[in-house]
Amino acid sequence: MHELALSSAIVATVERHAAGRRVTLVTLRIGRLRQVVPATLEFYFEFVARGSVCEGARLELELLEARLHCNPCGTEWSIDVPAFRCPSCGDGDVAVVGGNELQVESIEVEEAECIAPK
Amino acid sequence: MHRTKVTVVEEALDANNTIASANRMDFDRAGVTVINFMSAPGAGKTTLLERVVSSLPGVRVGVLEGDVQGSLDADRLAGLHIPVVQLNTDSGFGGECHLDANMVRSAIPALPLEEIDLLIVENVGNLVCPAEFRIGEDARVMVTAVTEGEDKPLKYPLMFRACELVLVNKIDLLPHLDFDLDSLLYNIDQVHPDVERMLVSSRTGEGIDAWREWLLRLAVRDQVAA
Repeated sequence: MHELALSSAIVATVERHAAGRRVTLVTLRIGRLRQVVPATLEFYFEFVARGSVCEGARLELELLEARLHCNPCGTEWSIDVPAFRCPSCGDGDVAVVGGNELQVESIEVEEAECIAPK
Repeated sequence: MHRTKVTVVEEALDANNTIASANRMDFDRAGVTVINFMSAPGAGKTTLLERVVSSLPGVRVGVLEGDVQGSLDADRLAGLHIPVVQLNTDSGFGGECHLDANMVRSAIPALPLEEIDLLIVENVGNLVCPAEFRIGEDARVMVTAVTEGEDKPLKYPLMFRACELVLVNKIDLLPHLDFDLDSLLYNIDQVHPDVERMLVSSRTGEGIDAWREWLLRLAVRDQVAA
């Protein structure tokens, strides 16, 4: 359900960089900890993009794994279930080093052809 | 027409975080400590506030009440003679399911900040979206009621990880429920190891003193730091 709010934030970010040009592709990097459902994000993005420079743009999603780092013992590992204690030493002082991304990586925009004067 | 790739590399929530920082600066300047208070609908946020807001010695409390519609909760709290400002999210399409930094910013002029030491922002009841949007708070507190089930931390890890205090509410109902409290506490610890948590009941008053003292400590910590 948060995909609606996230879509609005994505469109607003893209609009700032598009500078009025029509956007045909938006490439996103999304960490797994964001719990984004790709199909739901695409659905809401299409809806929120209507009437903006993003209307009709394609979304490309790169999902990034959740990487954790144990501060006391230095173990680094990935999770696909929400279990944040260190599997080696059991400590809870754990930093998230990847997986929180919600990043607009790049966009593709249409530019008018430059016509050289005769 | 030809197509050009434009590198962006920007977090989509940066714009919200920038406004949240501006809010935080305004609150700090006024000497106001701010709590973002979150839960699912019906977990008992408003009642937990009613139990403590009038009995924090030396700390003047104000409440910013976020709801999709209506002022039922704000009316309840205003009866306690504290400043309460209602913020309805019912604009745009159908009403936002959370408060964001900009909505809170729009409410700042209506808040009597010079008469408040501790501002509690009661977010819209929702375990998903409020966890994504910072509003300029000093601390985030969530409520989970034992009627919601032991599995909620595993289903909503973003929310449980976002908070520095988890209030486990309605524990007076435990004798009547097939609810495994140890399992809930284990799941909370899996998702957010070592997070502070309290077992409370608004109805019987159990644990309410600890909740009040936590608020007092936070308000004092912030005043000393300022």
